[in-house]
Amino acid sequence: MTSIADRVAGPPLADDADAAARDAAAAPVALPAILLSAGAERELRLDLFRGLALWLIFIDHLPNNILTWFTFRNYGFSDATEIFIFISGYTAAFVYGRAMLDVGFVIATARILRRVWQIYVAHVFLFTIFLAEISYVAARFDNPLYSEEMGIMDFLKQPDVTIIQALLLRFRPANMDVLPLYIVLMLFLPFIIWLMKWRADVTLALSVVLYAVTWQFDLYLSAYPNGFWAFNPFAWQLLFVFGAWCALGGARRMSRVLSSPVTMWICLGYLLFAFFVTLTWHLPQLKFLMPKLVEQWMYPITKTDMDVLRFAHFLALAAVTVRLLPKDWPGLKSRWLRPLILCGQHSLEIFCLGVFLAFAGHFVLAESSGGGPVLQLVVSLAGILIMSGMAWIISWYKHSADKSASRKKGAVGNADMAGGGS
Amino acid sequence: MKSIPLARLGLTLLAGLLAVAPARAQDAPANCEVPAYLLTTESTLPKVEHAVKGGRPLDVLVVGSRSSSISTSEGSAWPLRLQAMLKQTLPKVPVTVSVELHIKKTAEEVAAGLVKLVEVKKPTLVIWQTGTYDAMRSVDPEDFRAAVGEGVVALKEAGADVVLMNLQYSPRTEAMISAPPYLDNMRVVAQQHDVPLFDRFTLMRHWNDQGDFDLYSASHGLDLAKRVHDCIGRALAKFVIEAARVNPAPQN
Repeated sequence: MTSIADRVAGPPLADDADAAARDAAAAPVALPAILLSAGAERELRLDLFRGLALWLIFIDHLPNNILTWFTFRNYGFSDATEIFIFISGYTAAFVYGRAMLDVGFVIATARILRRVWQIYVAHVFLFTIFLAEISYVAARFDNPLYSEEMGIMDFLKQPDVTIIQALLLRFRPANMDVLPLYIVLMLFLPFIIWLMKWRADVTLALSVVLYAVTWQFDLYLSAYPNGFWAFNPFAWQLLFVFGAWCALGGARRMSRVLSSPVTMWICLGYLLFAFFVTLTWHLPQLKFLMPKLVEQWMYPITKTDMDVLRFAHFLALAAVTVRLLPKDWPGLKSRWLRPLILCGQHSLEIFCLGVFLAFAGHFVLAESSGGGPVLQLVVSLAGILIMSGMAWIISWYKHSADKSASRKKGAVGNADMAGGGS
Repeated sequence: MKSIPLARLGLTLLAGLLAVAPARAQDAPANCEVPAYLLTTESTLPKVEHAVKGGRPLDVLVVGSRSSSISTSEGSAWPLRLQAMLKQTLPKVPVTVSVELHIKKTAEEVAAGLVKLVEVKKPTLVIWQTGTYDAMRSVDPEDFRAAVGEGVVALKEAGADVVLMNLQYSPRTEAMISAPPYLDNMRVVAQQHDVPLFDRFTLMRHWNDQGDFDLYSASHGLDLAKRVHDCIGRALAKFVIEAARVNPAPQN
């Protein structure tokens, strides 16, 4: 599975084919201005932070895990999901935006749709595993204290309806909400890129309008058996489109604003504020420090509709990160960060693996009464090692096992495997 | 480091499991100590205060769902434990606790009938336990918040004090029931309408973390449920007395 992002700009261990593609990419003469900023060199920072997001999502999905204290959702409003969706928007627009120029709208759209299909299959695969876990718990668990909560298993009494609803993406168990969101966002990607090529800023503005309309008129997608999508695509599209906008030149145009010290201080101030607010959640003893008026204005900070406070927190975090971590930071090539970068480069596979490992880890912890801190640490580290190992194997396949095939098929053939958008 | 064989990983996992499991195997005796911050609230219960100080009857109405009961042993469920504890702490006050269970009803459905209930029973205090069924059906948290808010307003207008009680901490179903939005929204409602929130969720998680109870247990027995409900009843009695600002015996 050669991802076309890799082809456009190969990772350090790029083979010849990648190098050739990189040369091609380095000749931006024929490209319209908006794509100029998509330079030849792969943004390792994107891979690094997407890898980090994947690790953190895995850790956050393990309930009661001592390691969640190291994930930053406990230190601010936004969490790893924001990073994941933003970077996904960025890379998808980068990869398929280029494809659209190279091979045209129809073929690029066809490739995007194939990618959507892959994500969909991955989602169904994860659902199967989830069903197995739930059925096991339902069959064994019988604690009178929780007779009400066990009612959640009732859907198992109607597997026909449940499975159909899952295939329609309307029944989505907890922790399985990101992929459906991603599927919907990717479905609209051809349209987004097409619009961006016409007027990038107008597209972003439309996205903001849709976000505002969502808040104003309470748009949502319904779910089965009832309720709503836990990640409202109408709201979360803003982050995805913003990522795409950055990829297609926005990031460069913003660089003046980003490098201004005023921006930096505002961002740092906001991050600090968010930190103190979250601190009062974890230490209820500190709650008296929060003025009631501020609380009433601010809460609840919804994740479903991606609260403005969350979005702003992500922006501040991103701005500070970009500032502190330059593109050419030598650490990006260090072997210690290699596992993270590899995970980020194969994000769909590693994301799915992470969801599966979270199920498995949750199961192991539950079977041992929640485990102690030691077991939680062991399970988390084992999961991260497995994710890294798998990323390494996938990358080995790509660069060694599939090498001859990729040479034969050439650049365009590989693009059809389109792993890069993830 | 990336190429550790799976077998060795499995072994490490197993070793960790074996090392930790025995330590947690038997339940510690239930001392269910409650951290002070979970028992303090800025909001007050003036009607309860009035009744207790005047020595008049204190009628408590519990509006709850299945998790406010134990199916084969109602007497051990927390509402009656609360009654026992209140009677013990306030010997001069005639205390009655009655229970209205709404099984498989969302907060919205329950809220609609609250006024009628209060008109009939005329309670001094309504303890409204809610959120579980809404979380299980993933009702829109906004709708949930509106429903709880309307219910609280209706209860207050009908002349009762209100205490909100949130979800149980249920670690086994954590991967299936997403509690946080409902916990957050109940906190918001409690703040907006200035009613005390009894944080059952945090309390039970605290007991589980402390090793007082093994809430992961897949047991078929009633024993654990009875002990947990007993502790909840005790904690709630303290919470109500604290919120009503009546000190039966100087404790501090």
